[in-house]
Amino acid sequence: MDKFSGKIWVLGDDIDTDIIIPTEYLALETVNDMAPYAFSPLRPELAGQIKEGDIIVAGKNFGCGSSREQAPEIIKALGIKCVIAKSFARIFFRNSINNGLLLIENEQLRDVVKEGDEVTVTLNESIEYKGQNFPIASLPDNLMDIINAGGLVKAMRKLNGLD
Amino acid sequence: MGMTIAEKIIAAAAGVEEVKPGDIHTVELDRLMSNDGTTHLTIDMYYKLKHPRIADVNKLVWIVDHNVPCDSVKTAASHKKMRDFAKEHGITFYEGAGVCHQVMMENHVTSGELIFGADSHTCAYGAVGAFGTGVGCTDYLYAMVTGKSWLLVPETLRFNLTGKLPEGVYARDLILTIIGQIGANGANYMAMEFGGEGLKTLDMSARIAICNLCVEAGAKTALMEVDDITRAYLKEHGRKPKHEFTSDADAKFAKVYDIDLSKIKPIVAKPHFVDSVVDAKECVGTHIDEAFLGSCNNGRIEDLRVGAEILKDKKVHPLVRFLVVPASAAVYEQALEEGLLKIFMDAGAIVMNPNCSVCWGSCQGVIGENEVLISTGTRNFKGRAGHKDSFVYLASAATVTASAIKGEIATADMV
Repeated sequence: MDKFSGKIWVLGDDIDTDIIIPTEYLALETVNDMAPYAFSPLRPELAGQIKEGDIIVAGKNFGCGSSREQAPEIIKALGIKCVIAKSFARIFFRNSINNGLLLIENEQLRDVVKEGDEVTVTLNESIEYKGQNFPIASLPDNLMDIINAGGLVKAMRKLNGLD
Repeated sequence: MGMTIAEKIIAAAAGVEEVKPGDIHTVELDRLMSNDGTTHLTIDMYYKLKHPRIADVNKLVWIVDHNVPCDSVKTAASHKKMRDFAKEHGITFYEGAGVCHQVMMENHVTSGELIFGADSHTCAYGAVGAFGTGVGCTDYLYAMVTGKSWLLVPETLRFNLTGKLPEGVYARDLILTIIGQIGANGANYMAMEFGGEGLKTLDMSARIAICNLCVEAGAKTALMEVDDITRAYLKEHGRKPKHEFTSDADAKFAKVYDIDLSKIKPIVAKPHFVDSVVDAKECVGTHIDEAFLGSCNNGRIEDLRVGAEILKDKKVHPLVRFLVVPASAAVYEQALEEGLLKIFMDAGAIVMNPNCSVCWGSCQGVIGENEVLISTGTRNFKGRAGHKDSFVYLASAATVTASAIKGEIATADMV
């Protein structure tokens, strides 16, 4: 997955974990049951519109709030390929890596993109949007291994020859 | 090079002489707390491992506090899974004892420890000088199985406190003011360290309230200097410090803030962000439907005393539901002994069993469409306390109680 393109959904600053998945739906059995309610306090229709391979572009402090790990799991279950934000809250950042959800930090992109447009990500290099290139930092190999395996537990199972 | 408290705790837990911000270290954890918010997920993953085992069962504390007592067949199943697993493996287990962080402070945490909690407000443990940090259930599982984890050494923001809070102004006003000043991600990935002469004027309850809320500025942990108040608290609860760390004179801070406690005023954090902080007077007159006095942030005996003192011989407004939820069973019993619960009940408040309650928007006290809650809880995110189109204001126990009496946001001097 070194290079990929996707349609973008644009969100604002401080998208908290209660917006990603409100408390009332946490009792549902699986993340697939919860996924239709993702982002519902803000945009109830959004979860139904997201398609496999889409990308979220957001402002600062994405994922702030609770340590609920269902938040990154649900974003992944919706088929989101990666989240690009100005910054991420730290617990969400760790939880995302541990669940195989790719996160990319970029300060500028959010302010120039339009929802529905397409961006192309070249891992460890840049994001391309309408001919413009936005450089991105690289993730260490061990974290990329976890993301590529689909999360920490899956990476450990692979390491132990279980999968 | 000098080190901060956070750096010293990580160095001790990693078994190295020195660490600096940006280093990544493998650390030995002292304690691992998990609650019914996500423990069922940890257990599901545990059974998928090739060699499921627990490194040291004595480090584990599991606490049922988010949905107590159970509100549905689904949460009953999740609690049963947690209860059965704890019993089978001999894990220290609490149910009905209170909100996890209060139970941890009363029974387990001590100075200098490094603690993972599967809950974002684990940073509360800094009140006694312990490095507590919130993690998700996968990180928790890894630590449970190996006894270890990895940590990036955070930079430290230092807060030098001077002076004393004025009468009628509380720790909650102070920490919300700081969050308003530095912003909801002002301490992202960082440690927030508190010290100075002003700290000595704050009791343990106030210190817990301050540290607990630091995650709302994005902090990885919060830490306070250990002093006689800390030692007395630990002694009273039958514990001794593991380490007593203070920052070295030449320790390097990302930024130093000087905070004069005497300048802090009663404040309110408006919907839907914890850093939307304004002078409480600006919100006076705002209609409310419900008021909540409780949570790991502000449901201790000191907070209930503040509320009861204001409510004594008065009545809760007839159109307001006033929920009073002691943070632990110990707090509940103390409040009962002191006659505080009678004051609340005589005034028409609803006194509930210790649990997370409406602070996390489940189980009890959930608010409906367009309703307004004023709360001593931890967060005011959109939809946090119930319907997606509802509103949460955060304030001190005094402001919340005064508002419950008036039926609109009011400060204690108005009732």
